[in-house]
This record gives sequence, structure tokens and C-alpha cells, in this order.
Amino acid sequence: MLKSFSLEPSRIALNLAVLFIITLWTLPTAGLLISSLRDKNDIAASGWWTALASADRNQVGRMKGKADQVEKDGKFVISGNLFEGQDAVSGKVSAFGSKVQAPEANAAGSTVDLEGGQTLNVNVDGSYVLTSPTAFDNERGSRVFFISSQPPRFTTENYETVLFSEGIGRSFVNSLTVTIPATIIPILIAAFAAYALAWMKLPFRGLIIAIIVGLLVVPLQMSLIPLLKLYNAAGTFMGVPSKTYLGIWLAHTGFGLPFAIYLLRSYIAGLPKDLIESAQIDGANDFKIFRRIVLPLTFPALASFAIFQFLWVWNDLLVAIVFLGSGPDQLVLTGKLNALLGSRGGNWEILTASAFVTIIVPLTVFFSLQRYFVRGLLAGSVKGG
Amino acid sequence: MADIKLTNLNKSYGAVQILKDINLDIKSGEFMVFVGPSGCGKSTLLRSISGLDSVTSGTLEIDHAVVNEVPPSKRGIAMVFQSYALYPHMSVFENIGFALENQGLSRAEIKKKVEAVGEMLQLTSYLTRLPKALSGGQRQRVAIGRAIVRGAKVFLFDEPLSNLDAALRVQMRMEIAKLKRDLPNTTMIYVTHDQVEAMTMADRIVVLKAGVVQQVGTPMELYERPNSVFVAGFIGSPKMNFIAGTPAKGLKAKTIGVRPEHFEFSTAKTDIAGTVDYTEILGSDSFLYVTTPSGMLTVRQPGRTEIKTGQKLNLKPIAQHVHRFGDDDMRLAN
Amino acid sequence: MTAQIIYAFITVVLGVGGCFGYFYGSNWLLDRIFPANASNDASAVRNLRIQANTRPWLFLGPALILLSLYLIFPVIQTFWLSFHDRAGNKFVGFANYAWAFSDDEFRLSIFNNILWLAVVPALCTLMGLVIAVLTDRLWWGNLAKSLIFMPLAISFVGASVIWKFVYDYRGEGQEQIGILNAVVGYFGLSPQVWIALPFWNNFFLMAILVWIQTGFATVILAAALRGIPEDTLEAATIDGAGPFKIFYRIMVPQIYGTILVVWTTITVLVLKIFDIVLTMTNSQWDTTVLANLMFDWMFRGGGDFGRGAAIAIVIMVAVLPIMIWNIRQANKEQGGH
Ligand SMILES: Nc1ncnc2c1ncn2[C@@H]1O[C@H](COP(=O)(O)OP(=O)(O)OP(=O)(O)O)[C@@H](O)[C@H]1O
Ligand SMILES: [Mg+2]
Repeated sequence: MLKSFSLEPSRIALNLAVLFIITLWTLPTAGLLISSLRDKNDIAASGWWTALASADRNQVGRMKGKADQVEKDGKFVISGNLFEGQDAVSGKVSAFGSKVQAPEANAAGSTVDLEGGQTLNVNVDGSYVLTSPTAFDNERGSRVFFISSQPPRFTTENYETVLFSEGIGRSFVNSLTVTIPATIIPILIAAFAAYALAWMKLPFRGLIIAIIVGLLVVPLQMSLIPLLKLYNAAGTFMGVPSKTYLGIWLAHTGFGLPFAIYLLRSYIAGLPKDLIESAQIDGANDFKIFRRIVLPLTFPALASFAIFQFLWVWNDLLVAIVFLGSGPDQLVLTGKLNALLGSRGGNWEILTASAFVTIIVPLTVFFSLQRYFVRGLLAGSVKGG
Repeated sequence: MADIKLTNLNKSYGAVQILKDINLDIKSGEFMVFVGPSGCGKSTLLRSISGLDSVTSGTLEIDHAVVNEVPPSKRGIAMVFQSYALYPHMSVFENIGFALENQGLSRAEIKKKVEAVGEMLQLTSYLTRLPKALSGGQRQRVAIGRAIVRGAKVFLFDEPLSNLDAALRVQMRMEIAKLKRDLPNTTMIYVTHDQVEAMTMADRIVVLKAGVVQQVGTPMELYERPNSVFVAGFIGSPKMNFIAGTPAKGLKAKTIGVRPEHFEFSTAKTDIAGTVDYTEILGSDSFLYVTTPSGMLTVRQPGRTEIKTGQKLNLKPIAQHVHRFGDDDMRLAN
Repeated sequence: MTAQIIYAFITVVLGVGGCFGYFYGSNWLLDRIFPANASNDASAVRNLRIQANTRPWLFLGPALILLSLYLIFPVIQTFWLSFHDRAGNKFVGFANYAWAFSDDEFRLSIFNNILWLAVVPALCTLMGLVIAVLTDRLWWGNLAKSLIFMPLAISFVGASVIWKFVYDYRGEGQEQIGILNAVVGYFGLSPQVWIALPFWNNFFLMAILVWIQTGFATVILAAALRGIPEDTLEAATIDGAGPFKIFYRIMVPQIYGTILVVWTTITVLVLKIFDIVLTMTNSQWDTTVLANLMFDWMFRGGGDFGRGAAIAIVIMVAVLPIMIWNIRQANKEQGGH
């Protein structure tokens, strides 16, 4: 291990090369995350990569009007702060001026003479003092143009917006409603089927296995039309809506089954034969053997399939579009995001925050259960997506 | 109490016949050992008795009832597997109690029985452990405990000691022998290819070859009166010497068999002349490997031998210990 | 919102509970009707046999029903539809297939699909192999691999937002907020509307899939690399082979089977590629591929199920041989261990 820390040039190059690739790979996601935390005006105004450094920014502030003037030593004085009670984003003032064309005219801290014997002093912290030999008589104060340098500034405002007023929160719940059963049901059904196909005596076993493996190739899109027709017919026939959560659970279950059975069967068939036979001699029936012996020992395979199916369902757009309605009570996150892409295509603050909300769950699942996920990938490297 | 009777039992996998016309009568309380070369069908025979494999034809009776169609759990048998087959995710207690749980016993009863068995097998302090935290011998004892706790009438062992090292194997052999004494009414069938196990533990031994029973008898019967060249060669270590040609012809046999300890040295030229090729001195015994016109012969000498490599000598089989085999390799009557 | 959560919770409990209920209930019923502990032995044995013959079908039943309904039935139906007219009423023979192969858009889709097939699997496998080798001896290699692997967990829609942001375009002279145009600008070139550049835009879409799938290739190939016996590499070093030679003469041949599996797995995925095109360009700017074309014929513009079905069959026929080969290969690999 120590060798890895040595500083041979080739090792440095290796580390740098990998670092470079990693940067390339994470940059797009990092951009999304950082942007989602920026002010919406900033997102549109400058690249997200500038957000980490302090940035210079041209701003404008309006000074107070005549109501706030005080008389002092024979002069009329208005004082205040350009960042207080104004639109300006607080930062450090570096220069200011009274004309829009030249905000950089005077360095912060200096005092300048204006027309009519007035003087203006603006400090780094934004405080200003405006003096005049005569009384101010304008209702509103005049404007000061200034350059301020902004420290990196992040906000959770975008998330508040998307979660509470854009309906993302609701869609989040819908996604969970779809995903949890659509993950558990196929696991259960596939595990029972896999056990039957691995250890129970039944006719046509080989044929059934071959058909299930064959079904791995069916492109999902192909089944949509026939199923949609079927759902509509069933809905009309039974007088229920055709777009229901039950419908999408079953659809995801059906689509996920070939892979699930394939994966679980090869794992369950690999359990020691002696163990199963020993349990048979101990007088356990197949249901009990399955529950007490096979299920606990198959946990790793179950976990890896669960992660697969969870990610697949959570990330699915197509099946959700087809089998669920687009009302707020059924629109899932991916669908919502897709709709936002269409309707709010230019509003990056909405898109980035929404996108991050949709990917935060799979990323958490992924990073906490990565071990099983990898194991599942290795076992099921034939799944064609 | 359980007799086991196999009548014309056949077992095939597809076109391959594994067991051929097996007839066996196993008496209640007997310790029966199946031996034979690898792949001869010992495990298959055991599994047929257990019900894990179904038989192709013939009948299998336990306690005078035909059980061909009875599932394993209803045959009153228990099985100890070579791999122990302990449930890895269950504690020792749960492993032993699983069968009782399936019988629908109450918790209190299960606890009582499991603890009794634990005590008997010195497992009391391990009951809460998982199998992976046990030594090989302890695992073996748990596997045996699972069989005992059900009060099965028949115990089936499939090479239970082959995963243990030599010292532990001897110890477990003694424990199983003791178990046999403690459960005198339990019929035990034991598969092994270790002939020391077979000779020391068995009441009777069944020698199998290619799915056919060669001989059934007590260890001493098999040792003293093997009924074929195969059995003679299979039982006893080192192997019996087989001599064809002139010495056999003189005794009106195709082959004669002489165990290594059944040679005398002689000076008569008529006896088998040979040269000592190699000697092995084990302390209690010595073995001489002697090249003769009839092939290499093994001779056992008690204690340390004085005979050196290269020495020439004449070997004379002791007459009453010579086994004679005919043209069909079967024993000839004396 | 609270109502929604409660409603969702109840739905979830009912759905999952129903599934558990079926398995427990049906098995309980079986044990009840044919008890194994019947009064006399003969009927117990008979009951056990009935149980043994029935139970497999209780276990398999739901799976078989769902598979028939959701996969087998649609395949047959699609096959049937592909020989019928737009509404599925009139038999038209091979007309839909004939139409497809003379249709410009279909040809464009095939062309684009082939382009994807030529680029994506190769690039993913190559990158995966390189990264796997590079990170193999690095103490932070696992961390690096996780980061490469991460996009696999992101939905295609999420990935589209991420990449739309990367490809974002502002008019010349404005400050670019898409990083690609910013980089291009840094080198003094003018910004481009990347996803609308005919032909080249395909590659910008492919980049997304490469970004997602390279992690898959990396993880599988890294596992295979780890399986190479160390001594073969040492022997090669002693024989005087340099690192590159060791790589392509010793390492690559030993994991050749795995490389092929990775390659073909991604190939199958690419043949079915759909979401990226849908969310990035919606088939505009000549980026359409077979699956999207099929989708458009089925769901858009009134719909022509016959044509859509014909395209679906074309996709399946293309996928089938690769998939079969792939499963064979994977089984062989497993058998070898
Ligand atoms: N399920 C099966 N299908 C086909 N042939 C089998 C099956 N099980 C065993 N056999 C064959 O039956 C023969 C006997 O096998 P068995 O396991 O009974 O041998 P054994 O005497 O126990 O050998 P060993 O001492 O090596 O355990 C072998 O040739 C084996 O290949
Ligand atoms: Mg065996």
C-alpha cells in the first residue's frame, strides 16, 4: 500500500490522469447542483463555475429622499446604506459613480463633489453620506451606480419554489407511491417463481425458463400499445379509470420479471443442494423452506435486484406517461420534470432544482447500497436495459 | 425399531442405470456400512432410502411398510450430510430445533428437547452461536444433534467425517460409536470410502461396485472370506496380494490371494523367489516390497525388520490363509 | 399534501399487502385443505403428494400470468398489428414493412441507430477499460470508480437537464452559461447550438449515453481485471514486456469474453435507445432513432399502429441474435468460474 504514495513521475501522471477523467465526469452534475443553489438571476447571468469565486457586479442603489435629511453644522446631510432596504445584493463596494455609464468613476471610501456643492461619500460597506449646502427637496433620493464584489452566495430559494409551488413535492410523493410497490411486488413474485424453477419438480421447467430468458429481449416500447388498448377495454368493461396506480405497478412488475427471475433463479439454484434436502427431511414444506431457508440466504441477490428495480422505476418516464394520468395526483417526478423542460425550458432555476430533487433519491440509494448494486450488475450483465 | 428391506431395487438416471437389482435386509438397530469405489452408487442408494431420490423399480420397506411413495419427512429417517448442511443463518439452537418446529411442537417442548440433545453432545455453551463460529467437529455434532432430536428410527450418514482432519476423524468415529451404543434401537446406515471406518464401526458391511452389491457380511467375514477378487482387494490395507500363474495353478485356482501378513520366509526353491525392492519401517510394522516373477508382492513383518533392500528371499503363503479365486474371479470353495 | 401522503401510504400498503396476502393465503389454504398431518398415514402421504404437485403452480402462477399479459401477449399482438392497416382492421401483408424500408425517416432512423451502434458501445467499452486499468492500482480507485459510475443512477430526464445545461447556447457576445460554449469561447471560437447541428448533434446526444454507461463498463471490466491471475502479469514483466504490451497482449486477451459481454450489452441498450432523444431533441433536427420513430407513429399524429408495430418488430429482430449470443456468453463465463 505504501507504494501507492510514492512520488514517481509515472504515478503522479496516473493520479492526474484519473483526476482529469473524474473531473470531466462529475462536472455536468456539479454544474446542476451548484446552479440549483444560486440566485435565479445569477444563473441566467453568469456561468455556474463563476459562482464559487467572488464576482464583481454592477449595481444600482437609490439614496433616501428629503424626509430623511438632518441639518448638521449648517449643512443638510442624508446618510444610509446602499444595501439596506434595497434591491441591491450585499457585497463589498469597490467603486461608485453617479452616472450609469461610469460606475467605476470613484474608488470606494473617497468623497466626490457633485453639482450644486453637494458631496457624496460611499464606503466599502455600502454606507454613504450625502451633504448639501441647501435643503434637499426631492421626494425620492437620486441613484448611485456602483460596483460591488459579491462573495459566493447560495440560496435554497429555488428548492422552496419547486417543492411548494411548482408541484414537485406532490410528484415526489407520487413517485414514491409508484416506486415502492413496483419494487417490492416483482421481488416477491420473482423470488417465488425463481425458487419454483430452481428447486421444485414441475413439468416444462426447462421450457418455462427458456421463455423467460427469451422475454429479456422484448423492447418495452413494443408492449405499450397492446397494453394501453387492453387497459382501456378493461377500464370501460369494469367501469373504473384505466389509469391507476395498480395498473402501473403491475406493468412495472411484468416488465421487470424476466430479469428478476433470471437473476434470482441463478442465485437460488446456486444454494447448496444439501441445505434444501436437509430441510425437506426436517419436514419443512416448500413454502417454509422458501421462507425460512431460501429467502434469508438470497438476501444479497434480492437487495441487488431491489436496487435495480428501484432505480429503473424511479427513473422511468415512458411507462409512467403511458399508464398514469398527467393530473397532479398521478404525475411522477420524471414526468413533471419533462413537462417543466417543455414549459419552463428557459427557467434554469426551476429546472436545475427540480432535476436535483429527482436525482437525489436514486443517488442516495446508489451511494448507500453501491456494494449490492455492483454485485447485481456483475450477476446480471446481460440485461439489455 | 426399524427394519429396512430393499427388494430388486433399481435406479436409473435417464438411460444410465446406477443401481442394479439391489436386495438388502437391514435389521433393526443394526449399524450398516456401505463401501465401494467412488461413483459406484453409495450415495444414490442412501438417497433412495431417504426418499430424496425416487427409485425406478423395486420396493423399499421400512418397518414392513412399503415407503416408495412416502416423502422423506414421513419416513422416520434423519440424514447427516457430508457438508453438514447446517442452515448458516440460524443459531445452533434453531438448527437443531427446526425439525421440531415443523412438527408443530410448542416452544417449551422444543427448548427442552434441544437442550437435552445439546447436553448429550456437549453443545450446551454453543447453542446461541451461528454455525460459522463453530469448529469442524462442533459442526459435525450439530448435524448429528439435528438427527437425534427428532427421535428418527433410521439415521443415514453420507461420508460424515470426510471433511475432518485425521485426528478429529478418529475422535468423531469414537463419538459415533458411542452414539450407537446410546441409541441401540436406531438403525444406522453409514456411507464411507474409508475402510478403517467401515471395519471398526460396522455391524455389517455392504460392498458395492458399479451399482451391484458384491458382498454383505460382518467386517471379519469380509476380511476372512471375501467372495470375489474385488471384495478381497477392497477390504484390508495394505491391499491383498494377487498371484496368478504357477503358484495359483498348483492350488487349482486362476488367482490366489494372500494378505501381506500371511507370508512365511522359506528356503525351499519351490516357493516364490524374489528380491526386496524397498522397505518401509513404520515402527509397529514393517512392509517389504518384493519383486517376484508373479509381480510385486507386499509382505508385512511385525516390528522392525532386519531385512535389507536388495536381499533375495523365498516367500511361502501360509496355507490356511490363502484365498482361491476361479476364472470368474469368484471365491472357490475350500 | 398530507392527504396525498396518507392516500399514497394506504395505496402502497394495500398493494404490497395484497401480494403478500396471495402467497400466504394460497399456501395456507393448500395446507388446510390437504393437511400433511392427517389422521392416518396413507392420507397424509396422499395429501403431501397433492401439495407437492400443486405448490409449484402457486409459486409460479402470478409470474406466469403477468409475463403472459405484459410481454407475451403484446409481442403476439404487435406481430399481428404489423401486418394490418393503421387502425388494425385490414390485413395488408408486408405493406408496413415495405413502407418502412422506403420511408426517408425510417432510413434516417436506421442510419442514426447504426451511428449510435458504431460509436457508443465502442467508446464506453474503451473508456471503461482504460478507467478500470488506471484505477486498479490507485488507493482511491474505488472512490474514482463510484464517481464514474454515479450517472448510472440518474434518470434519462435528469441527465437531459444536466446536459441541456452543458450545451446551453446564448447568442454570440452574450455571456455563455453552458460550459461547453464557455470553453469554446475561451479558445476564441464562436458558440454553437450544439443539439441543433445536423449530423453532429447525434454525437452530442451520444455523449450523454457514454457518460451514463461508461460506469457500467468500468465496474464489470474492473471485476474481470481483478480476476486475472497476478502471476501471468509477473511472468510477463520478467519476460521483459512493458506496461502497454502487458496490457494488450496479456490482460486484454484474458478478459476478452467479458469485454464482448459489456460491448453487446451496451449494443442492445443502444438499439432500444429512446429517452435521451425524446427529452433532448424530441426527434427534431434529424436525430430520430428507431424507438422514437415507433413511438411517434404509435402515439403522435393520429397514430398508425401498423407502421409502429412494424418498426417494433424490426427492433426486436435486431436485438434478438445479439441477446441470445450474449446470454450464451454470460453462461459460459459463469460456468468457467
Ligand atoms: N442426478 C444425477 N443424474 C445423473 N447421474 C447421476 C446423478 N447423481 C449421480 N449420478 C451418477 O450416479 C453414479 C453414482 O453416484 P453416487 O453419488 O451415488 O456415487 P458414490 O458412490 O456416492 O461416489 P462417491 O464416493 O464419490 O461419493 C455416478 O456415476 C454419478 O455420476
Ligand atoms: Mg457419495
